[in-house]
Amino acid sequence: MDFLAHRDGDAVAIAVRNVDPGPRLAGYLDETAAVTLEVATPVPWGHKVALCDVASGEDVVEYGVVIGRATSDIRTGDYVHVHNLKGERWS
Amino acid sequence: MIPTRTFMGYRRANGAVGCRNHVIILPVDDISNAAVEAVAKVVQGTLALPHPYGRIQFGPDLELHFRTLIGTGSNPNVAAVVVIGIEPKWTKRLADAIATTGKPVVAFSIEGNGDLKIIEQASRAAVKLVQDATELVREEIPLSELVVSTKCGESDTTSGLASNPTIGRFAERFVDAGGTFFFGETSELTGGEHIVAERITDPTQREKFQRLFDEHQRCILEQKADLMGSQPTEGNIAGGLTTIEEKALGNIQKIGRAKINGVLEMGEAPTRSGLHFMDTSSAAAESVTLFAAGGAALHLFTTGQGNIIGNPIVPVVKSSANPNTVSTMSEHIDLDVSPVITEGMTLDWAADATEDIVVRTASGRMTAAEALGHREFVLTRLHRTA
Repeated sequence: MDFLAHRDGDAVAIAVRNVDPGPRLAGYLDETAAVTLEVATPVPWGHKVALCDVASGEDVVEYGVVIGRATSDIRTGDYVHVHNLKGERWS
Repeated sequence: MIPTRTFMGYRRANGAVGCRNHVIILPVDDISNAAVEAVAKVVQGTLALPHPYGRIQFGPDLELHFRTLIGTGSNPNVAAVVVIGIEPKWTKRLADAIATTGKPVVAFSIEGNGDLKIIEQASRAAVKLVQDATELVREEIPLSELVVSTKCGESDTTSGLASNPTIGRFAERFVDAGGTFFFGETSELTGGEHIVAERITDPTQREKFQRLFDEHQRCILEQKADLMGSQPTEGNIAGGLTTIEEKALGNIQKIGRAKINGVLEMGEAPTRSGLHFMDTSSAAAESVTLFAAGGAALHLFTTGQGNIIGNPIVPVVKSSANPNTVSTMSEHIDLDVSPVITEGMTLDWAADATEDIVVRTASGRMTAAEALGHREFVLTRLHRTA
């Protein structure tokens, strides 16, 4: 397994090792389900990858809850961090 | 499972359940620390709790000072207390309040006597208290009678992914079995506070939560500090956390899906069982000191990057899901839950392992923090001294 997501329906999953580009496996915490996604850029251990497309300005969901808004178009397999995701509370 | 699990603990005169048997030497104020530490040096088996405050405080800050010291002395892990203060009135106030628990308390004031006379008198009293305390025996007690608290520190994405959800699973089981469980960290709920509010079943308690949360946010804003915008920290961002909402959501995984039964002021003792939010700082030593003052007898602490905190009277059980931390800081970690991430182990497996280490620790096994001598006793201040 390369990534773990908290909840079914989350837009992002966490890298459980340093992940290089290519076809990679994302599983769900406490579940056996897994999906394959094409990772575009390297994702460091503990950082996030997109599990689905999110248009600029749309909400990003993790833990089943909104954690912020996309600041640019995010494609499935993209690395997600401060360069394309911003909090809505303290920003 | 928790409803049938027991541990070997101490039942105190007021029915409260402890897992340690400390005889503490407790100063009312900073200038009594020298006498307190001298007594603890002379009398084996006692524990000094020096601290830097207690003079010329006033208002809510003074009330919190007393509430924290009274709660510390009243904690069920404490068998007996020697109180030493500079003057008789505040010394008596602290000792009398602790004595309502029914445990042995003796008090001494230094004014008009001097350190040496008080050290002798307090030491003679402490010898007797230690001898009596060492005769108390552990008895079998349902695990759900133990009051447990939780807090995370030096968090990273492994906290939100595994170590915090593990505590959440344990918390669900524990409160289902009738247990009393505390969580806090008021500022680090920001972005997830609506989820906490929704979980509070009693509308009056929900209003209390909103008042405490709003007061804390106002306090931060009044300082014109740069907390807004500097959370998550640079360290959090380097670890992969992007927004304050994400950090807060990782934090509240520690309560699982449990309903919240009550809301407590700093250091306040609950009047019912179940899951409770306590207003606390997000600093580890301050919050564990407040949970202990509220009656918590065992603390579950999760860490990502490796926080090393302990407490003098409450065993702090440390777990981590970060395989690097578990390896490089192994002497600080009581429970490794990284297999949830690295080997696909389930949260139920990790919660079972948590139950096991809780029972063993509560029955007398020293925590890593106890073995390493971590005794962080830190009083929270609300405002400056007069």
